[in-house]
This record gives sequence, C-alpha cells and structure tokens, in this order.
Amino acid sequence: MFKIIIYTLVGIAMAAMLPAQNVAPDTTKVYEIKEVVVSAYRYREVVPAQRLSGKRLEALSSFSVADAVRYFSGVQIKDYGGIGGLKTVDIRSMGSHHLGVFYDGIEIGNAQNGTVDLGKFSLDFIEEVSVYNGHKSEIFQSAKDFGSAGAIYLRTRRPRFKGAKKTNVVTYFRTGSFNLVNPSVLWEQKVSENVSSSLNAEYVYSSGKYRYRYTRYNANGSIASDTTAIRQNGDIHSLRIEGGFNGYVEQGCWNVKGYFYDSEKGLPGAIVDNVWKNAQRQWDRNMFVQGNFQKYLYDNYDFLLNAKYSNDYMRYHNPDTTLMYIDNRFWQHEIYISTANKYSILHNWDVNLSVDYIWNALDANLSNFASPTRNSVLAALATAFEWRRLKAQASVLGTFVYDNVNIGKANDKSEYTPAVFLSYQPFVRMRLIVPLRIRAFYKNNFRMPTFNDLYYTDVGNSNLLPELAKQYNVGAQYEIRQDDNIVNYLNFSADAYYNEINNKIVAVPKGGSGGGSLYRWMMMNLGYVEIRGVDVSAKIGTRVGAKNLSPMQINVSLNYTFQKAQDFTDAKSKWYGGQIAYVPQHSGSAIVNTVWKTWDVNYSFIYVGERYHNSANIAVNREQPWYTHDLTVGKTQHIPLMTGGKLKIAAEVNNLFNQAYEVIHCYPMPGRNFKIVLKLEI
Amino acid sequence: MNTKAIFAVLFIVLCNAACRNDDVIIPSEKEPVAPPDTTVTTPDEPQLTGFYLLNEGNMGTNKASLDFMNFKTGVYHRNIYDEANPSAPKGLGDVGNDLQIYGSKLYAVINLSNKVEVMDKHTAHRLGQIDIPNCRYIAFHEGYAYVTSYAGPVTFDPDLMQIGYVAKVDTATFEVIEQCLVGYQPDELAIVGNKLYVANSGGYMIGNYENTVSVINIETFTEIKRIEVAINLHRLEADAHGVLWVSSRGDNMEIPSRLCWIDTDADVCGGMLDIGVADMAINGDSLYMYSAGYSYITNEWEVNYAIVDVAKKEVVTRNFITDGFEKNIVMPSGIMVNPQNKNIYLTDAINNVHPGKMYCFDSEGKMMWEVPQTGQIPAHFVLLYE
Repeated sequence: MFKIIIYTLVGIAMAAMLPAQNVAPDTTKVYEIKEVVVSAYRYREVVPAQRLSGKRLEALSSFSVADAVRYFSGVQIKDYGGIGGLKTVDIRSMGSHHLGVFYDGIEIGNAQNGTVDLGKFSLDFIEEVSVYNGHKSEIFQSAKDFGSAGAIYLRTRRPRFKGAKKTNVVTYFRTGSFNLVNPSVLWEQKVSENVSSSLNAEYVYSSGKYRYRYTRYNANGSIASDTTAIRQNGDIHSLRIEGGFNGYVEQGCWNVKGYFYDSEKGLPGAIVDNVWKNAQRQWDRNMFVQGNFQKYLYDNYDFLLNAKYSNDYMRYHNPDTTLMYIDNRFWQHEIYISTANKYSILHNWDVNLSVDYIWNALDANLSNFASPTRNSVLAALATAFEWRRLKAQASVLGTFVYDNVNIGKANDKSEYTPAVFLSYQPFVRMRLIVPLRIRAFYKNNFRMPTFNDLYYTDVGNSNLLPELAKQYNVGAQYEIRQDDNIVNYLNFSADAYYNEINNKIVAVPKGGSGGGSLYRWMMMNLGYVEIRGVDVSAKIGTRVGAKNLSPMQINVSLNYTFQKAQDFTDAKSKWYGGQIAYVPQHSGSAIVNTVWKTWDVNYSFIYVGERYHNSANIAVNREQPWYTHDLTVGKTQHIPLMTGGKLKIAAEVNNLFNQAYEVIHCYPMPGRNFKIVLKLEI
Repeated sequence: MNTKAIFAVLFIVLCNAACRNDDVIIPSEKEPVAPPDTTVTTPDEPQLTGFYLLNEGNMGTNKASLDFMNFKTGVYHRNIYDEANPSAPKGLGDVGNDLQIYGSKLYAVINLSNKVEVMDKHTAHRLGQIDIPNCRYIAFHEGYAYVTSYAGPVTFDPDLMQIGYVAKVDTATFEVIEQCLVGYQPDELAIVGNKLYVANSGGYMIGNYENTVSVINIETFTEIKRIEVAINLHRLEADAHGVLWVSSRGDNMEIPSRLCWIDTDADVCGGMLDIGVADMAINGDSLYMYSAGYSYITNEWEVNYAIVDVAKKEVVTRNFITDGFEKNIVMPSGIMVNPQNKNIYLTDAINNVHPGKMYCFDSEGKMMWEVPQTGQIPAHFVLLYE
C-alpha cells in the first residue's frame, strides 16, 4: 500500500540530490514575464497554486479543461466517457459542490445542481489552469473567491502584440478518432495603445463512436465472456463564440467579455445487460457577459469591481417511449455584482472588504415546479500580513441566502466561515533564504443546498441545511529556478491534510416502492465523512546539451495522492468507515515534456487505483484501477517572411496500450485513439 | 542522469503497485445464518428447500443479483447468478423487479434490462430470456406466462400517453405470442378463475394517476372491464375466498397509500382499509404487509408491519413484530410468509446503496435469525420446493 509513497519519495530524494548546474530558459517563462498586470498580487499568495500554463498546457493531449486538471494532485475526476460525456471534478474528496470554477476571475455558477461540467470548457486559448486547495490565498478578490473548499481558475489568453504587430490570428484544426472535426479561430486586434480586442470561435463535431470491450475471466484464467461493442449515441455538435476587450488605465486595468456556447449531444448512458444503446439527448445553451475593473485609486487604496449576467438553458429529452417519455427544459438566470476594497495600513499589512450580491432564478417546464429564486449576499473581511519570512492571512466570509418559491416553503440561511493561511521560510544559510517554505491552513467552508436538492419536484427537501466542510492542511514546498544550471528548475511539494464533511447532503430512500424510480429518493443532511490525505508533487526541468548548441529541455512533473476518505455516517452500519464512492486510495500522474529545436514530445501518464462505487468496500462494488499513457509529438515551423508566423503540427495517441477501463461504473471509456492537431499563428 | 532515475522510479511504481487484475467472475459467498431445519414433514406435504431472493440493484448500475437461502443447511448463498452463468457478459442485469417459479423454471423480471431471465430452478443456470421492454411483473396460467409492461403504443395527441400491456408468453419457447393493451403503467397481476387482473398505476403521469384494475378474459385475451379502485395501484394478490387485494400508492403528497379489495364475482371495488401498503403477502386468511413512506404532511417516515384478516376485512395488528425489533429496521423492502411454519421474512434495503439485510421472524413475531448481508435493495422472494 505504501509502496507508491516510498517509491515517489525515493524518486524525489534521488532527483534532489543531483547537482544543480547551469542554463536554458524555462519554456514557459516567455509568458510569465508579461503577466505583470494580472499577477501583480501573486506574491501575496500564501499557498501557491498548482498550475499548468503556456506550452506545457498545450503540449498535453487534452481536449477539455477536465482532461488537464486530471494531472493535478488531490483531484478526482468523474468522467462518463467520450468527447460529449459529463466530466466533473472534486478536490480532496469533498465533492464537486465544494469546488469553485472561475473563468477569467468570475465564478461559473450553477444554482440548479451546483456542479460544473468541465468537459464543456475547451482548452484552446486558455492560457493557464490553476488549482487551489482551500481558496486562493490572497485577499484582494471578490467574496465568492473565499467561498470554496477548492478552486479551479481558468484564465483565457490576454492579447499581446510583438513589436509593431497590431493583429494576431491563431487557428487550430483537430481531427482524428471519434470522427472528430474541431476547428477554432482567434482574432486579436490592437485597438489603441491601451485597448485590445479579442474574438474567438470554436466548433466541435464528433460522432462519439468508439469501440469498448468487456472481458470476464473464470477463476482458472480462461475467458468466460468477451464482448466488444461500439459506443452509441455519444455524438456532439457544439459552437462556442467568445470575445471582448481588454484595456489599461493608469494604475489599473479592465476587461469585458461575452461568451456563448450552444450544444446538442447524445447521452450514451449506462451500459447494462441487454441494453447497448440509449436514446436520451441533451441541449445546452450558456451565455454570459462579464466585466472586471481594478485600479489603485489613492492613498494605498485598491478597488475591484466584477459584474456578470448569465443565462443558461438546458433541455433533456428522452424520446425512447419504452421508458418514461421526458422532455424537460430548464432556464437559469444569474446576476452577479462584486466589489473588493483593499487598504494597505502598512507596507506589509493589508486589509480587504469584499461584498458580493447574487440573484439566481430557475424555471422549468415540470409540473408542480417551485420556480425558485435566490438572493445571496456574501461579505468577506480579510487581512494579510508579511513579516520577514512569514506570511499570514485571515479571513471571515459571511453568506446570507434568501430563497423564494412558488410552491412549498423556503428557509433563509446564513453561515460564517473563517479561514487562516500561514507560510514561513525557516532556514537561512549564508545570509540567503533557503527556498523552502512551510505552510499551513485551516478553513471552514459550506455549500448551500442547490435548487435541485431543495425544490426538485418530489425529491427535494426544503428543510435541508448547508453542508459543512472543515479543512486542515500542513505542507512544505522547495523551489529553485536557476537558468544557468543543467537542472534549471526544481519544485518539490508535499501536503498532508484532514477534512471533515458534516451534514453531507445525500439521497436517501423515501420508502414505498417504485422499481428504481427517481421518485423513491429524497435529499437529507445525513452524511459524515472524514478525509485524510497526502499530496506529493515534484517538478524538475533539465537541459541536455550545451547552451549554445540548441540543447534539449526536459521537464518532468510527478504527482501522487493518497487518500483515505471514510464514511462515518452510521456507527451501527457494517460499512462504517468504508472508503467513499469513487475515491481511490492511490492516484498519481506523470508528465514528461521534451523540447528540442522545433520538436516537442509529451508523454503523460495517469494512474487511478482501485475504487468502490459505494462505501461498502466489497468485491461486487469494486472498480478496477485504470491507467492510461498518452503521447504527443509536435513540430513547429516558422513561416518565412512573416513575423511571428508559425505552423505547428502535432500527432497524439491517447490510451496507448488500449486499456479497456471505466471511470464510472457501466460507462466504458475509449480505447486507443488518435488525433492530429494543426495550429497556425499569424 | 536524473531523468533515467525518474523513469526507473516510475517503472517500479508501475510494475509493483499499479497493476490491474483480470476481471474475474466474482464467486458466490456462503454464510451460515440459521440452524439447519430438521423439521420432518408428512409425505403429502411438499418439501421446502429454501427460497431465492432477488436484489433489485440501483437503476443504471446493472446490479440486480440473486441470493439463495437453504433451509436444510441454514446456509445463505449470496450472489449466485454470476458463478452459475459465467458466460453472461453483463450478469443478471439492471433492476430486478419480480421473481417467480413455475414448473421447473425460475423467472426473474429484470425491468431496465428489458428481459425476463429464465433459469433452472435448482441450479440457477440460465435457460434463456424473454425480451419484453420495460417489463414489470409476471404471473402464470396453464403453460403461459403473463408479463406486464409499461412499453405499449404511445399517443402524442392531445397529450402524451404511454399505454401498457400484458404479454402472453409461451413458457416452452420463451416467445411473446400475444399482447393485450391495458391501462397506463401496469404493475402487478393475478389470475382468479379465467380472469387476469392487472393493477394500473399511471406512474409516469404524476398528478394524473390511473385508478383502475383491468380485467382480461384469459381465453380470448382481451380486456373486458375496468374496475375503478384508487389512484396509482401497485400490488395485487388474490386470497382463498376469491377476493383480490390491491394496494394504492397514493400520490406521495396529499393522498395516502391504501389497501383495497375487489369482489371478483361482481368485479367491483368492495372497499378500502385505512392503512398504507408498500408490499404484502397473503397466507391463509392473513395478509401480512408493511408500509413505509415519507409523509409530507407530518414530515416523518411512517412504518407499519401489519396483519389484515382477509375474511373479516379488518386490521388485526399494526405491528406484528412483538419483540421490539422494528427499531433496527431502516427501510423495509420485501416480505414473504412461509406457509408451513408461518415464519415471516422481511428485507431491509437500509439506504438503498449498501447491501441490505434480511430478517426471519417466527409466527409470534419474534426475530429468529438474520442475514447480515444481502445484495443491493433486497426485495423479491420466491419459495423453492423440492
């Protein structure tokens, strides 16, 4: 059981003992230098994020954001398979409802069911994906930023113009397995010295057809059954258009953007005995406009304003009349306004007050639908303090929620949740600070019951209380960046954590009888879960070959997560203390990225250990471990006579060894598959 | 080189800790749960071997499973289907909904796998399957099986209505030979004389439930009458006096669940008792039942373990458990009575996710022995005679 931990630690130790020598720039560095505006406050972060950005992000053979976040430690993904399949993420086993997903600084909400399908978010033109445990540990941010137990920040590409260039055009074209056709184009225009515009569009079509295989063996090793079939009804058509303006003002910046996403897809469904094809379909349309303005106003006072309106439509259709015919439509609206106000009392002591207001509404064509609306006010008071090698931060978030419903009743809710983050660099050697940072945090978080939990016809329970999460974390990070050394980048980090989930919202049987119907369930605050875990990661960048002779740059990233997430809901239960559904005890990933001249090769590996699909950890509930190897080879060609003109061709093989696996019980995943990517930059 | 070291570590990790085993058929598990039954029965009384228990499994998880209790040995055999049928690629299927024995065969209605699985009643070896979409319950008469199904023809105009039907199946060939349309979403069925009665639920039409029992002439296989009873009908069982007992689920909101009876001579609803029913089993003049429902009126779960005297048509007791054991039962999900010793078997689905439990009470209502672990949502019993 501890083999993996030991081997990983040995690996880290061995790598750490290697001599640090000279040269070669980190390939992502070109981007990072220019991030002054966006990341001006990053030095305040007490616990840094796990990040993937720039070329390393692009080199991963990832189709969506969900594919990329799999590589972070502490992250569990639920992937229902295929390009259109639902992909949700949770961090440190606290459930996807405790995870915040922020798109260009503003949270993507879903008051209906509280989860965000990360499979819908393309990685084209996403510049950086960051994952935080607890919240993002800086203080100059909106109140919502304080209100998650884990957060994913997606930052879209911000226009930059080389020299006298006024226009950038980037196009991608992807094709390959699953009849994928995926063109996208980005147009960036310098409007004036301080204002730029950006517009991009992407279309995805895939038949979603792939071969999958179920093989079962007898105890003597002979094959008992071996079935291969083609995944059906997994097709998707989607269109995304996104555009906006970025600008700078004196000691400040602003941006506005609009987002439109429209898709129709088949829901391939669970593969159960005698049912190899399903007919359900889903339509999604998501639109939002959002804006952000921040400025250093006067006398140590910084001001931030965020605003957003979003409009979401979802249609679920079951045309199979041998089952219950369903044609449900849901409409959601959200208005969001937030301000953050930071005042620097001393040069090393800041305070911040953020206030957010959110209005949500949900409507549906269901009979007896409560049509809930929700007014929420979030207020966060935070302070950050730095003294020598110590950084400290404390915040308290107050959340006040007022619901209104047409049918039934609604209860108001309020919660206060504190958080404390600390970090310290304990060692000084020869007057230099050793780049080892010890960190710790404690945080309370809660998730509001969603509209579905509270008011879904016949299933919801309006008496639900918020679900509470408590997090304790201690860890350390050692980081050196020495461009002149052979090992030019080293980063080791390890964290141990303990989380508790109280009043966990779970579906419980309502009694009566119903033959597997949805209506035999209802939502209750019943669960209690304790999670103990360790995240370990190592990143090493090395240069092979002399600096002046186009050396090869190799970047390696390793992550390992150990988690014991136990259900302690019912002390009388035989399954008391069982590992909760779909959380592996061991999981990890490895990425090796090699860049040489115009070539880059990326190998990535993901391992998810055995899991159980419920907390009765017995053979019939066991899910096999799965691990996939992905390989990408790319070549970039500069286009002659065109400044900055580049053509890149990449070929990807995913699931190289054609493993037949399932992430979710009864949802088979694709075997070996291929992709060709063309990227043209002008 | 450090990269080599990293690859070496990676390789070791891969080979030692990461590997999958082959998906081996999960063997059945045997657990002694009761003292061996040494009762000697008279030669003219049929010998009871034990019972099968069908676990429903949650929808979309393909987790229906079959267990067997051997009275002679007192041993409970858990999850026997896969071992008996290793070549079935996806096991028993998705959501077990009914289990019956007729002749030498064991029939399991697997609702969302759209099939009735036919097995040898002694070995549980698969003999074949009857394909019926969205099949619900099964009954037998003179060599034919009758299966209710929700998947009849659909009318889109003016409203969407999904009519159900009863399929008549030749038990020798497993072929559906005839269909008879009934009401919306038909559930349990029973045969009295030459008439087949079907409880129509209308379960897909929330707020607009069905309230009738269909009467089918079994010779002509045509519906001859509808009897108005109460909304959302579910269970249907005939007593020795030719009276049909029907349960109404109510609407889960204002209208409570009820137990009704039908006079099968006149084919009219004779009345109803003021007691809710989730499942029932008739033995002699006693109708054993439990109810378990969340009431939106009181915001509480209401559970009864009752006996109704079917001759007098009155509730004898609202709690047949006499030793206080009911407080240990979380969510009752199935009931059966042993006709020989009047023992009562009751399953507990607990939270519908974990394996359930089963309890055996003696005829006095005292807990005798328990099965501490069944499959997921244990619900449907059938007795096996030698």
